[in-house]
Amino acid sequence: MKGFNFSRKHLGIPYGMFLTLFVAAPLFVIIYYAFTNGEGKPSLENFTGFFTSPNTIGTLFYSLSIAVVTSIVCLLLAYPVAYILARSRFKQKSVIVVMFVLPMWINFTLRITALKEILTLIEGNLAFHPFLNTIIGMTYDFLPFMILPMYTTLLKLDGSLLEAASDLGAGRFQTFIKVTLPLSVPGIVSGLVMVFLPAMTNYVVLDMLYNSTYIMGSLIGSYFSAYDWHNGSMISLILLIIILVFTLVTNKYTDDDTSRGGIL
Amino acid sequence: MKRILSRGYICIILLLMYLPIFILAVYSFTTSSQIGSIHGFSTENYKNLFGNGELRGMIIGTLLLAFGAAAISTILGSMGAIGAFYSGKMAKGYINTINQVPVVNADVVTGFAVCIALVVVWGIDKSTYIPLVAGHVVLCTPFVYLSVVPKLKQMDQSLYEAALDLGATPFKALKTVVIPQIMPGIISGFALALTLSLDDYFIASYTKPATFDTISTYVVNATKGSQTEIKTALWALSTVIFLVVMITVIIMNTAGKKAAVTDERNKG
Repeated sequence: MKGFNFSRKHLGIPYGMFLTLFVAAPLFVIIYYAFTNGEGKPSLENFTGFFTSPNTIGTLFYSLSIAVVTSIVCLLLAYPVAYILARSRFKQKSVIVVMFVLPMWINFTLRITALKEILTLIEGNLAFHPFLNTIIGMTYDFLPFMILPMYTTLLKLDGSLLEAASDLGAGRFQTFIKVTLPLSVPGIVSGLVMVFLPAMTNYVVLDMLYNSTYIMGSLIGSYFSAYDWHNGSMISLILLIIILVFTLVTNKYTDDDTSRGGIL
Repeated sequence: MKRILSRGYICIILLLMYLPIFILAVYSFTTSSQIGSIHGFSTENYKNLFGNGELRGMIIGTLLLAFGAAAISTILGSMGAIGAFYSGKMAKGYINTINQVPVVNADVVTGFAVCIALVVVWGIDKSTYIPLVAGHVVLCTPFVYLSVVPKLKQMDQSLYEAALDLGATPFKALKTVVIPQIMPGIISGFALALTLSLDDYFIASYTKPATFDTISTYVVNATKGSQTEIKTALWALSTVIFLVVMITVIIMNTAGKKAAVTDERNKG
């Protein structure tokens, strides 16, 4: 070990190199491919192609509408669950919380298979309600991701604030609107982040429920199958920009321990 | 009244979440190939699940991939977290920032990016499994990193210095002082990596060798096909996974409670 003094910070070198090679470099490859054509010459074709084709613009709006509706449905279903669980004094509260989280650990394709069988039984033919089925599927898949961050945030809510509000003459509804809701914003935003983006891109849910309309993810999938790296990269880049904007906007409102890393 | 309403709501949501899994579990023990009409009791699906070489190979492959990727991610991410935590501002900022990319990125984009860089540009053959493993490590390591960093922040920073002053080499100080302190973060990072790899569809589908299938890619292909035997065997698989997850959670919870109780006693 002569000439090289081991210190703690050297432990970061392998991971730093790994990130450079397998995360940062692929991003540059994507950007390069997005702005070149099949002959390797710089080109804006893929870019203008995306924004001038009614098909791709339609796909963008279809995935946005699926993401918005899924987020709203998840939020409306999950908020009361998180609120009731956080405020309640059930003896087995931790067990109930785990029950809400447990489905996350079952492979999602198997869960969607289960849902598909039930929906087929109810509807007969899934092809008649593609949008509705997709929303149900996405909600079924992502609901735990919405409940957990909101529950964590509501759990930290200082009870004395609620007492203070009622001492100062606020009614229950007023306390909720003026105190509880504003203080649960970090959890709501974390939940939205975890639901909105997957809802725009998880095309497997649509495929499995026989919804043949494309969302942004399916575009990448179809370009991938056609070996069209250039257009695929452009869609990836557009998604990356949406994600970047979304992250920058929401970063202000989230706190660290409610994001996706805090699942366990 | 309010209590009944809120309890009722919790029960309804739980019921909706579990009903499909339960119904599938019931039907997995019958001979029917469609939900709605129950026929006789049978364990045929389970025999198929464990007897069919293709299915068994797919399950074992998925598990090997998950444990392998999780192990690599845990080592890489824990080392990275320690290294970055004690590095200068620049290196730390760089690792922190790039680490965030796979976390916020859509899995489709991560998978596509890894595939295009490794397979298309660098020409690594998918059949070497390198792109697949690298892709899963890309997916999992950032979460290991994120679960170890808070433990490093909570740690008493002078302990490591004290170990060095008492004559330990940096390596020994890390092994005997730092790592035991951050162990809970490493373990939860490993568990998180495992579940992420097991649940992944997109990265695997873009980087896997053509002959290899994970549970996710296999299930998606099976739903497109019309083999009822495979379809109902997957019902059995869903039931088995549900039971394994449930038992693991129960064990972890009781172990966690015991640890908490001993902790309390030690403090008292």
